[in-house]
Amino acid sequence: METTAKKFNVPLLLTELLMILLALVFLVPFYFLLANSVKSYSEILSDSSALPTVFQWNNYAEAWKATDFPHAFLNSLVVTVTSNVLLAFLCSMCAYKMVRNNSRYNRILYVALVAAMVIPFQAIMIPLVQIVSRLGVMDSTAGLILAYLGFGAPMTVFLFHGFVKSVPIDIEEASRVDGSSPYGTFFRVVLPLMQPIIVTVIILNTLWIWNDYLMPSLILQAPALRTIPIATYTFFGQYTKQWDLALPGLVLGITPVVLFFLLMQKYIIEGIAQGSVKG
Amino acid sequence: MDLKRRSRLMQQFIFVGPTSLFFFVIVLVPFFLGLYYSFTSWNGISRHVEWTGLRNYIHIFTKDPSFLNSFWFTAKFTFFGLVLTNLLGFMLAYVLTRKLFTRNVLRTVFFVPHVIGGLLLGFIWQFIFVRGFASVGQATGWSFFNLPWLGTGVTSFWAIVIVFVWQNAGYLMVIYISAINNVPQSLIEASKVDGAGRMQALRHVTIPLVMPAVTVCLFLSISWSFKLFDLNLSLTKGGPFKATESVALNIYNEAYTISRFGMGSAKAMIFFVIVAVISLLQVRATKKREVEL
Repeated sequence: METTAKKFNVPLLLTELLMILLALVFLVPFYFLLANSVKSYSEILSDSSALPTVFQWNNYAEAWKATDFPHAFLNSLVVTVTSNVLLAFLCSMCAYKMVRNNSRYNRILYVALVAAMVIPFQAIMIPLVQIVSRLGVMDSTAGLILAYLGFGAPMTVFLFHGFVKSVPIDIEEASRVDGSSPYGTFFRVVLPLMQPIIVTVIILNTLWIWNDYLMPSLILQAPALRTIPIATYTFFGQYTKQWDLALPGLVLGITPVVLFFLLMQKYIIEGIAQGSVKG
Repeated sequence: MDLKRRSRLMQQFIFVGPTSLFFFVIVLVPFFLGLYYSFTSWNGISRHVEWTGLRNYIHIFTKDPSFLNSFWFTAKFTFFGLVLTNLLGFMLAYVLTRKLFTRNVLRTVFFVPHVIGGLLLGFIWQFIFVRGFASVGQATGWSFFNLPWLGTGVTSFWAIVIVFVWQNAGYLMVIYISAINNVPQSLIEASKVDGAGRMQALRHVTIPLVMPAVTVCLFLSISWSFKLFDLNLSLTKGGPFKATESVALNIYNEAYTISRFGMGSAKAMIFFVIVAVISLLQVRATKKREVEL
């Protein structure tokens, strides 16, 4: 198709048009979702590909109430932020020490963590629920966060571990000579250097934890504790096929994460590319 | 001297302790407990756990067609999911590393489905397959849209594949873009001077140099499609008639719908072994093909 056509930009222009077309096809599901979310039930049934004639904004008000959206949003936020902060904090410390102190325990732990990365969640979910309830944190946000800390640790430590190995030790020795304690060295010298990998870790864990359904569905029961995926799921069970309520509910459910993505796009894209180099 | 040792131990305890503890309690202990339960007929409630030896495993392989079916479904799904997401992801990346005006907007569009969780995507697409496609079919008369998308085993299979590719190709695209950008432009130029066309440069220069990214992308797409759960649950619930039940969903149903925790654990262990073996084989196979610069 293109041999010496580089001087003409026609092929490039055609490529561009083709890609725009493909992008539009990619966006079609969002069109269906948004257009039908403001239609009346009968209008959805009569023609779901048409634009809405009358905007039923009331659909959104009802879905907002039915999903108890503010609560679900807040719960998702608390769980995601807390798990993220703790994972980044504790796993960076752990990985740092594992790299700098090559003891036998640390070597075994590292191998165990890497091996655990291939354990599918289904392989631990049954006893996990049992243990969480033994610990007395079943049906609580704390229990869910605890579960994320444990299950998220292998990948998170692995990413930090790879990064710390590339950090030269000289700076740490210099700070040690200046009289800094091992803790001071970590928090004041090493941690700031780890910023790029911290961003990566937070992005990968956020995408996972925010959208996770199975873990919270096993650990949480009280309606007041529901995260967005759980709220959406129970909502769907109740209003199956009642699309004029279900669709605005879905729009509400996806809005926070899409907005987050659009705002943080640059970091998210970089973070994923970063993370894949280590993965 | 003793003080120094104590300080070292203290550091080890403070730095490594918490993560070790969480990992131990949440992953290791449940994993080995699960292994133990897989040899029992535990129902999840009763105090009494009866040891049954290999009976669960034998049952699964000889008398449980639903597991073998879910397994076959997952294997087929992994194959198509892997091939199609990687092809589309690579193609998008290859085109979107060229100097297009709308390059950044396009990248955003292709990536955005990935940030939405599988559960919500499944529900969104359920509407599109049931209502949206039908209405497009009516308007255009194209038989593709008039298929009973979630009504038969074959079409539901492809429905899940379509949503999976739509969801994940953009993520792989991001990884491939960063790999392609790292290919030194001078090498491409040199190959052109030597008379290589665009396709030849792609085949003999770009692709060999992005093999590390291929390893990563294959690993990711295999593990995603093998662990298919959320999307499966919300889009088809494994139906019609269990035709699209993934292994992960089958295990979940075994444990939580019919409360056979022992059997569920045995299935989970088989699942674990398979995931582990495939991951290792795949990483080893593609690692060999990577080219060091």
